[in-house]
Amino acid sequence: MKKIISALILMLLICLGLAYGSHQLQQATGDGGDKVLNLYNWGDYIDPNLLTKFQKETGYHVNVETFDSNEAMYTKVKQGGTSYDLTIPSEYMVEKMRDDHLLIKLDHSKLTGFGNYGKDYLNKSFDPQNQYSLPYFWGTLGIIYNDQLIKKNSVTHWNQLWNPKYKDQIMLIDSARDIMGLSLISQGRSVNTTNSKELVAAKDKLDRLSPNVKAIVADEIKMYMAEGEAPLAVDWSGEAREMMDQNPHLHYVVPKEGSNMWFDNLVIPKTAKHFKAIYAFLNFMSQPQNAAQNAEYIGYSTPNTAAYKLLPTSIRNDKAFYPPESVIKHLQVYKNLSQAKVEEYNDLYLEFKMHK
Amino acid sequence: MTKQRKAILYVPYLLWLLLFVVAPMALIFYYSFFNVEHQFTLANYAKFFTSGTYLMMTVNSVWYALLITAITLIVSYPTAWFITKLKHRELWILLVILPTWINLLLKAYAFIGLFGRGGLVNSGLAALGLGYHQLLFTNTSFILVAAYIQIPFMILPIYNSLTEISDSYIKASWDLGATNRQTFWHVIWPLSMPGVKSGIQIVFIPSLSLFMISRLIGGNKIITLGTAVEEHFLTTMNWGMGSTIGVVLIISMLIVMAATRNRRRKGGTFK
Amino acid sequence: MKKSLLRWQNWFLIIVFVILYAPIVFLIAYSFSSGTTMDHFGHLSGVHYIELLSDKRMLAIFLDTILIAILSSTLATIVGTLGAMAIHNAKHRQTKQTLLSFNSVLMVSPDVIIGASFLIFFTALRVPLGFWSVLLSHTAFEIPIVVLMILPRLGEMSSSLINASADLGASNWQTMSQIILPFISPGIIAGFFMAITYSLDDFAVTFFVTGNGFTTLSVEIYSRARQGISLEINALAGIMFIFSLILVVVYYLIENRKPTKPKRMGAL
Repeated sequence: MKKIISALILMLLICLGLAYGSHQLQQATGDGGDKVLNLYNWGDYIDPNLLTKFQKETGYHVNVETFDSNEAMYTKVKQGGTSYDLTIPSEYMVEKMRDDHLLIKLDHSKLTGFGNYGKDYLNKSFDPQNQYSLPYFWGTLGIIYNDQLIKKNSVTHWNQLWNPKYKDQIMLIDSARDIMGLSLISQGRSVNTTNSKELVAAKDKLDRLSPNVKAIVADEIKMYMAEGEAPLAVDWSGEAREMMDQNPHLHYVVPKEGSNMWFDNLVIPKTAKHFKAIYAFLNFMSQPQNAAQNAEYIGYSTPNTAAYKLLPTSIRNDKAFYPPESVIKHLQVYKNLSQAKVEEYNDLYLEFKMHK
Repeated sequence: MTKQRKAILYVPYLLWLLLFVVAPMALIFYYSFFNVEHQFTLANYAKFFTSGTYLMMTVNSVWYALLITAITLIVSYPTAWFITKLKHRELWILLVILPTWINLLLKAYAFIGLFGRGGLVNSGLAALGLGYHQLLFTNTSFILVAAYIQIPFMILPIYNSLTEISDSYIKASWDLGATNRQTFWHVIWPLSMPGVKSGIQIVFIPSLSLFMISRLIGGNKIITLGTAVEEHFLTTMNWGMGSTIGVVLIISMLIVMAATRNRRRKGGTFK
Repeated sequence: MKKSLLRWQNWFLIIVFVILYAPIVFLIAYSFSSGTTMDHFGHLSGVHYIELLSDKRMLAIFLDTILIAILSSTLATIVGTLGAMAIHNAKHRQTKQTLLSFNSVLMVSPDVIIGASFLIFFTALRVPLGFWSVLLSHTAFEIPIVVLMILPRLGEMSSSLINASADLGASNWQTMSQIILPFISPGIIAGFFMAITYSLDDFAVTFFVTGNGFTTLSVEIYSRARQGISLEINALAGIMFIFSLILVVVYYLIENRKPTKPKRMGAL
């Protein structure tokens, strides 16, 4: 019995020590004060130096909490119980959150840096007049290939993925909307189609892609491609940037016939409390030098045109990440679909995954 | 008086059962009868039991869970047994648990690095003149990595029940002229059954709903019920369908529990 | 004959341990790489450790994670031990089976389902999301494993032992603290360690029930996957691993130096 009690006391002492340590560290980072901003963000999706700079300039400390998918974030915001001031959903999720009354309108009179954003990236269908959102980063869906295994510039169209010579060589990103989307685009359809016949046709075409598919994976695709596990992959531009930094033999192509254009956007969820801090932060992030610093840290394409001009020429001239107007005009943005259609996309996609 | 005192000790556990098991279970049952428009319906169950996709997934899940459990048992039983014979067996058993404290995602990334095209395993095979092998995205690698994750959970209960076996039984068995082999099959194996059964429960049941490993290592070539649940909760946000699969999983668990029930009478009988 | 058999057994164990530790050695090795990811080893460097030590947010998360793990496992071990006794002492077979089945529900339900239902549950009861909700949830999903670790041990305890103790005039409390608890202590320790494993590994449940700035390492690691997990995390895993290894060995040495050590049953 003595042993048990001493073990319990030991555990309690360790816990007290840990609690004290964590409290001290949080004090050191400035958590817990009154002047705070609660940012709900993807993991590692902002340059931490900017947060320090923001605190120095405005006195607001930014508490960062992280999520790993739009839908998981949506559930948390909807359920309440927390006080997130700003979050960063993708475009279709902005639409869904708005329709479900989870967002607070932006007060444009308080925004000082709105003019810095390019018009290509504003007033999109998911949020007309940017009533609710400011673009944070944007990108495309495309094909990544390894020039040690595939001849340079030989893959430029979605349809080429179906070529039998790529048997068991392609990795796909695990996302119903994107994979169904590429099949739809290859057949000249809209990525937002609600026509069941078109969807079934797209799925049938995907089934024929099955022999070429090596694996359907998610974030780990970066590691696989960087290691040369497969010569071809379909993934988002942001992810492509990460792998290309690790393996110089990788290249990213946006097919000419069109692709998806995605946006991650800053929005104010209904759980927000610290409005002064929110606008201070939005304006801070809109400043060209800050947005440019963030873009260099993250590696994604910035919608802030003034910031774009501050980026090194090597990045600015990279057509894969800042494509010319001729490519941009063929890009399609996802619209939020009705629940029934979301399920139709997902059920078909699941059938494709199970297709042998 | 003493009876009441005893009963008070059980209160925290029963409270836990009520708040964290019965309540969420009721919620899952409740949700499973609703569609996304919050209307009462049996359609989720109808869909589950009539759609080829879901039935196929169920068969897949059970089959792979069985394989994983079998492999885990085959490796774990001798490991647990041999550890009981070591001098510092308690230290060794702690060392079996330690690897489980490293995050699953990190370990999966390590396996990607090990099994990859230029990974250590392939380099080793090449050095031995065995050439390159596609290791990732195969059913074998999926099963092996899943078994790797589960092995400590199987070793521990088996080890626990093996250490309980009193030496006198074994000596008695030898005295009666039994060989090592006979002693094992007639004394040790039956006496360690409770541990084996808890091990099977701890490993088989969660293996039904693996999804991380099936995506990361299996490349989503094997779709289990876990994948579907994940999708319904996090992509289509159809909690009704997700809950329905949850109910199916709970029912299959009850079946497994019934099958591995301890029928042995108290005091341990020799077969 | 016996010697060679022993050698064969040792080889088997060596292989099992090499496999168990291979991915971990791999992770730690890469934490010393100058590169940024685990696909190509740069040159030997301690840069990720320096990075980690200056990352106060990460260190705070790390301490919080361990705090939750130890505290919840301690609570779960206490409740679980009592629960195992409740199940073991249940009069009717049927009650026993029902309790056992309910006990395992949380082990079979996929994490997202548990997480989502706990979230609904906590917000309905207006429990603020953060440290306490995470602590409660972790304790909740650790209890079944503790129970499952202790039950077989209780089952092995012969009732004659307890009867003898009662005959000798021991009170219930004495029987419990001097006979039952020492006998099942290996199960309790195993349950405690397994509970820590469950706590450290959990992502989905923690994600749903956390809030107000409280995060654990798992949540941080999973949400970083989109950007690629930096080797700083490897360094952290490495430190944590070495630290627990030292802790376990020291614990073992202290345990075995005690003269009051109860006599263990001989090896097979």
